[in-house]
Amino acid sequence: MSETSHYLCIGCPLGCRLEVDTQGDEILEVRGNACKRGDTFARQEHVDPRRFVTTTVAIEGAPWPRLPVATAGSVPKHVMREVCEALHGLRLEAPVELGQVVLPDALGTGIDVVATRSMERR
Amino acid sequence: MPELQPRHLQRRYDVVVVGGGPAGLAAALGAREQGAEGVLIVDRESEPGGILQQCIHHGFGLHHFKEELTGPAYAERYLGQVLEHDVDILTDAYVLDVDPSRRVGLLSSRHGRTEVDAGAVVLAMGARERTRQAIRIPGTRPAGIMTAGFAQKLVNMAGYLPGRRVAILGSGDIGLIMARRLVLEGAEVVGVFELMPHANGLTRNVVQCLHDFGIPLHLSTTVVHIHGDERIEKVTVAPVDESFTPRMDQAWDVDCDTLLVSIGLIPDNELARTLGVRLDPVTTGPVVTSSMETSRDGVFACGNTVHIHDLVDWVSQESQLAGGAAGGYATGRHRRADNVRLLPGSNVRSCIPHTITTEREHTIFLRVTKSLAPCTLRLGEVYERPLRYVVPGEMVTLKVRPRFLQGFHGGNLRVDVVAREEAAA
Repeated sequence: MSETSHYLCIGCPLGCRLEVDTQGDEILEVRGNACKRGDTFARQEHVDPRRFVTTTVAIEGAPWPRLPVATAGSVPKHVMREVCEALHGLRLEAPVELGQVVLPDALGTGIDVVATRSMERR
Repeated sequence: MPELQPRHLQRRYDVVVVGGGPAGLAAALGAREQGAEGVLIVDRESEPGGILQQCIHHGFGLHHFKEELTGPAYAERYLGQVLEHDVDILTDAYVLDVDPSRRVGLLSSRHGRTEVDAGAVVLAMGARERTRQAIRIPGTRPAGIMTAGFAQKLVNMAGYLPGRRVAILGSGDIGLIMARRLVLEGAEVVGVFELMPHANGLTRNVVQCLHDFGIPLHLSTTVVHIHGDERIEKVTVAPVDESFTPRMDQAWDVDCDTLLVSIGLIPDNELARTLGVRLDPVTTGPVVTSSMETSRDGVFACGNTVHIHDLVDWVSQESQLAGGAAGGYATGRHRRADNVRLLPGSNVRSCIPHTITTEREHTIFLRVTKSLAPCTLRLGEVYERPLRYVVPGEMVTLKVRPRFLQGFHGGNLRVDVVAREEAAA
């Protein structure tokens, strides 16, 4: 008995309606995708949905009180809020360079959180 | 990083660029690359980068840098290139006026009221957000009502959370992205209310920003009343019928301490208007040639000040071209006038630039009025290209090569986007 799951593709602005047919743990077919990326996305989304997280961290001695940061890779979707909570407690000190790691191996995901801009010392 | 504020302004610049956002940065770079010597960027903020600095999410640079970057990272990379090209950047400063001889009146915290002469001027002021006033929602005028972009600056840069319980009117991309941001920063987003029967932003943003966080999206629904004295306390929302008339019998109240409005952008053209530049009534931005020159000699324009883009990459491309043409103009290499006028036809809302020449290659940016899939893009009788789909939220870009126009000798070229069946018939 096969089952069908539905997803919306986030690979590009087109937003294809994806259908994934499965039997047990096995993916039988992906339908509705207009390109290869949709197929890859659907297979990933079905077993392990992942997202990039972008947020900010408090910083002292900089022109702004918040520094924008992002996960250097995608993390499991269900840990997005926890990643942000882990970052809420951080207090950075300027200067910070673009790409500098502000939280290594966030929540044991193996993914670093990095600064997405430089901030010089004021 | 080199010091941004020039200690001494030159008396004359080949090119003065108004605005240091993505358009202004790219225009300055383009001007230097085309031989302009002195280039000055004037920006009202304390640092260049414009709106990119507050757009901390991904989605920038896939075309330009072949890599998906956040807004600040895109700005930083671009600014690095600009500074390598020895451009003066004056921040905390305004351009007050530009006289017919292109003497530019400036007001800056460092230099006070001053003037510089410009060989050419590039208008790159970007856009402003439509506000509550633009749609006249009835009710009181309490605190806690703001545009989504302003909330974005508060949250992402200034470090303020605008509220704890937030309702969002309009499903533009900025509103969707702010819904996610507010949840990640600890606020509750009680719902997104959209007048149209479809989301205004991209599907990918509906998924990543609303579905991922269980935020309800109410389509064909709008805010009909705002309540609260000092601070907003609740909004009344109601579904609308096909003619967008609210059905008050089905209205309900939503408690909130903040209302964000995300109902679109309009080109910022106060300065263009005072300069008497001809404006397009549809885009509300300047009418531009294929060199992005406005109706005033030596005054160029690019980016969201001309028409609202959905990708910064296209802003950079268009603006580099505008800056290059301005640099050419300032150094005595004015391009030949265009000989073909583009006319928006079936399902085409706007077409930038407004004119082209049959001699060079051009990138044309189109916006359609309604979704079609599949469809055909036609340039008069001379060229057609199949398109998988078009949607109003996504700009269509078309490279027009001189060979397409070889057999064309008219003055006007109509641009149509028609359903595939129609095209075949």
